[in-house]
Amino acid sequence: MQIPAPFDYARATGVDDAIALLDRHGPESRIIAGGHSLLPMMKLRLARPEWLIDINDLYELDFLLVDKDKLRIGALTRHTALLESDDIARLFPIITDAEHVIADPVVRNRGTIGGSLCQADPAEDLSTVCDVLGAVAVVRGPNGDRMLTMSEFHRGPYETALAQNEILCELQFAIRPRTSSAYEKVERRVGDWAVAAAGASVTLAADGTIEEAAVGLTAIGLDGTVPDIDSTTRGQKPSEELFAEAGRLASLACDPVADQRGPIDYKRHLADELTRRVLRRASERAAQTQEG
Amino acid sequence: MTLIEEHPANPAAGDEDRPIGYGRLQRKEDPRFVRGKGHYIDDIVLPGMLHGAILRAPVAHARLVSIDTTEALARPKVLAVITGKDLEGLNLAWAPTLSADVQAVLVTDKVRFQGQEVAFVVAEDRYAARDALELIDVQYEVLPPVMNARKALDPDAPVIRDDIEGRTDNHIFDWSAGDEAEAAAVFAAADVVVSQEVVYPRVHPAPMETCGAVADFDPIDGKLTLYETTQAPHAHRTLFAMVAGIPEHKIRVVSPDIGGGFGNKVGIYPGYILAVVGSIVTGKPVKWVEDRSENLMSTSFARDYIMQGEIAATKDGTILGLRTQVLADHGAFNATAQPTKYPAGFFHIFTGSYDLKAAYCKVTGVYTNKAPGGVAYACSFRVTEAVYLVERMVDALARKLEMDPAELRLKNFIKPEQFPYANKTGWEYDSGDYEKTMRLSMEIAGYDELRREQKEKRARGELMGIGISFFTETVGAGPRKHMDIVGLGMADGAELRVHPTGKAVVRISVQSQGQGHETTFAQIVSEELGIPPEDIDVVHGDTDQTPFGLGTYGSRSTPVSGGAVALVARKVREKAKLIAAAMLETRPEDLEWEKGRWFVKGDPSVGKTIAEIALGAHGTVALPDGVDGNLDAEVTYDPPNLTFPYGAYICVVDVDPGTGHVKVRRFIAVDDCGTRINPMIIEGQVHGGLTDGVGMALMEIIEFDEDGNNLGGSFMDYLIPTAMEVPTWETGFTVTPSPHHPIGAKGIGESATVGSPPAIVNAVIDALAPYGVTSIDMPCTPARVWAAMQGHATPPI
Ligand SMILES: Cc1cc2nc3c(=O)[nH]c(=O)nc-3n(C[C@H](O)[C@H](O)[C@H](O)COP(=O)(O)OP(=O)(O)OC[C@H]3O[C@@H](n4cnc5c(N)ncnc54)[C@H](O)[C@@H]3O)c2cc1C
Repeated sequence: MQIPAPFDYARATGVDDAIALLDRHGPESRIIAGGHSLLPMMKLRLARPEWLIDINDLYELDFLLVDKDKLRIGALTRHTALLESDDIARLFPIITDAEHVIADPVVRNRGTIGGSLCQADPAEDLSTVCDVLGAVAVVRGPNGDRMLTMSEFHRGPYETALAQNEILCELQFAIRPRTSSAYEKVERRVGDWAVAAAGASVTLAADGTIEEAAVGLTAIGLDGTVPDIDSTTRGQKPSEELFAEAGRLASLACDPVADQRGPIDYKRHLADELTRRVLRRASERAAQTQEG
Repeated sequence: MTLIEEHPANPAAGDEDRPIGYGRLQRKEDPRFVRGKGHYIDDIVLPGMLHGAILRAPVAHARLVSIDTTEALARPKVLAVITGKDLEGLNLAWAPTLSADVQAVLVTDKVRFQGQEVAFVVAEDRYAARDALELIDVQYEVLPPVMNARKALDPDAPVIRDDIEGRTDNHIFDWSAGDEAEAAAVFAAADVVVSQEVVYPRVHPAPMETCGAVADFDPIDGKLTLYETTQAPHAHRTLFAMVAGIPEHKIRVVSPDIGGGFGNKVGIYPGYILAVVGSIVTGKPVKWVEDRSENLMSTSFARDYIMQGEIAATKDGTILGLRTQVLADHGAFNATAQPTKYPAGFFHIFTGSYDLKAAYCKVTGVYTNKAPGGVAYACSFRVTEAVYLVERMVDALARKLEMDPAELRLKNFIKPEQFPYANKTGWEYDSGDYEKTMRLSMEIAGYDELRREQKEKRARGELMGIGISFFTETVGAGPRKHMDIVGLGMADGAELRVHPTGKAVVRISVQSQGQGHETTFAQIVSEELGIPPEDIDVVHGDTDQTPFGLGTYGSRSTPVSGGAVALVARKVREKAKLIAAAMLETRPEDLEWEKGRWFVKGDPSVGKTIAEIALGAHGTVALPDGVDGNLDAEVTYDPPNLTFPYGAYICVVDVDPGTGHVKVRRFIAVDDCGTRINPMIIEGQVHGGLTDGVGMALMEIIEFDEDGNNLGGSFMDYLIPTAMEVPTWETGFTVTPSPHHPIGAKGIGESATVGSPPAIVNAVIDALAPYGVTSIDMPCTPARVWAAMQGHATPPI
């Protein structure tokens, strides 16, 4: 049994209560959601919060609904709920793709989308997904709510724009016609973190050309989406040459490090290979939404 | 498709799923395991029990400058902090390993691997013990570590074992087998010689249950009761008596349910000794259970062999000889558990399943600044490495000769009529019909059809590979005159008692870690005496309750203890005959045996069942002279030879050309373990071993960085396979009993672990043939496969 350093624990009864608890216990207090990122770090004593503020009773943060032209997902929504949602599979298959390859059922039953984003691990699959989909984060603090784009939310590895006494409440995704998406990951074993992964979203114009496209990369040193993909693909018909060009841009844009998962040249190669694959699949899917 | 062995139904028991004797019987131990009622080390709670925790070294090589325990001792709930200095006072700072070396229990002079034991805290609960570790102030003077075995013998390499007087280098041993000159002559005259480096990287057994102990020293009567995660309780007791100076009759070692061992639980770890010291010092029971990282970083690893292989053949594919030079990385202490005469274990079985003219191997063992061990996974006495080498070399030869690898193997197998077969390194293979097993495997696989499919796929740019491994193991160590562990002969005892009502208890020396001993050994007695297996209790894992023997590893339980149990049952059967004759008022020679009963020849209706005889023995029957009033017996079985299980494995993989990801699509395993006692248990052992093989072939490795940091210290970093990585296993079998074994059984525990990695790696290499790839080392991770496709494969160590 791996034993964390001593800590205290409080169970929040509402979002405002959680914020008040964070305020009261100060900088050494931390929200705990699914605990699947925080607890392993505590057991290895890499994280040593003095207070855990448990938000697992906050059912008001556990929802998934289509609200006019938006999909809204509460921060406490579990991976499994995302994986099993038909709305998501239809509207944002990139999320379904990603959820298939995030961890294992045990982790997915507990881990949350809010925890994933707040953890901001460079290998976190949902961060890439949210970048690619241009998600908006709804954050609440003592002074009320604020809305953050993903580029505002993410501040780099393990860093977000959240203040110590703020809570991520919700993520919002704009629903757009003739749009689809895809995600693919290379891992050493099912349940392992990505060696590299890529996600893409493609919106087609009525004539079948690309109106808008975005590609994000996981675990290989790229913040946000790959620059120039949108301008390069806009107005073009989806084609292998176009995907290859996008792949080239992705492999140039990333900045991987060598580790046990692989050397730099391999990871750059994967940026290229996976970018082609996800753009191809997202384009095919977008074309199908058009037909259907 | 799984071939299912049919066994006669057992109408006598009123249920065909309940054979009397051999057959598919659900495991007797499973009701408690599937209900979560197993009783493991960490379930043991004794009155007043304290908890220990170990402070471990953060660096791989460093001189110990000072340890200050004041603050830790001052912490509430902490009762003792033990350091190497304290142990020196007790003459316990160093303990012998199972391989004629010593290992530090706690560091006194120098840290020799990352994770080494530095101090031991005893506290009222495990939280307090763990927290106190952070309050121990240790000063180290960091030294350059030796992390690369290839550089361990460089003249300027730092000397790791300066504790041993006169040591000036990191050399442990050189050992060879076979005739070097004969091999040289054969190689010189051969048409074709293929050379290749084959690396078996360091892996870890990673049992689900980590290691632990509860030591309970009674200061009044001086008796030590030690509950331990051990595969070898008797050997541990004897060694504790020798090391700790506690008389052997005052030590009781109990090994409760064990959550997997795979050789990891053979050795005596510092933690066990520290729990004992903790109990002696505090006068209370002390529990120590390591966490996952401690298990991965400090306990027995496996493999770490760098092998230079050479194979010689004629143009037409007759294999003539095999040669290899091995560099064996043993870590900081030589703590393998090999029989004394064999520092490289049974590696000299590397001649495989082939009829060779010559063979020669030389193994050099070296120290490095890594965790010690080498006993494990399964602790096959290096048969795993040997099989991997020969099966990779035979494939390399097939590639060179452009021959089908199945054809090449079939052409060179030892023929059935050559058994018993004396190989070139001193083994006498007991029995085999290799071609039959190989052909069955090819038939189940649809081998020719697979090759056709592969051709079509290659034409389309798809990467499909077919890999073969035909392995022969040598297990069941072993004859006392050749084999001992630290002087203890490798024989095993068994005691059998038939109670007055005909139920029985059999006591054995080996200890199950999940192999199903409570079922298998009951079935052996059942087969010999006709008592239903459910009426036979199997007692093991407690030195106060069982006869002496060396324990479970190297697939030795069935070959050695299985022989002992069959023989003890036969002894009881013979005694029963004498008693039955007295009861029937006839002569023993007039009686005939049928399963469960002695009857009068020519008059089958007149007879006595074992239960009736047992009651007679304990009752008032007038017994013949020299026959005691019981139905009990005991034996110690000294096997005349080892047994040689074998098998033909075929693996089919698909490789993603864009990512290098390997998918094992099919795996066909045909095993011959001789007589099959419980086919269901055999299949379970095979399924587990194959899964393990996928792990080693595709993902498992304990790596270190240059500074000596262990990069595999958690399950996030040390990957073990899951159900997602394995196909539906396709198993089959042939039965070629061992002629020298009492029941003809050969052992199955490690066959699949040993046999599967080369099949998988050979399949990956085969898949990559269009890229000109001729070799790749494990683990075949996507990155390593991709590198091989780019023409720059590198060894993992
Ligand atoms: C074995 C294993 C494998 C995994 N594999 C993958 C993988 O392949 N891909 C992947 O993407 N992830 C993987 N994960 C991580 C998993 O997705 C986690 O569930 C997720 O990263 C964190 O979610 P959580 O709810 O568990 O967060 P927690 O661990 O509870 O919290 C993580 C951090 O976020 C903060 N936090 C949580 N919720 C909020 C909130 N609403 N507002 C403000 N701060 C908050 C916490 O304070 C903490 O700092 C894996 C985890 C494990 C254990």
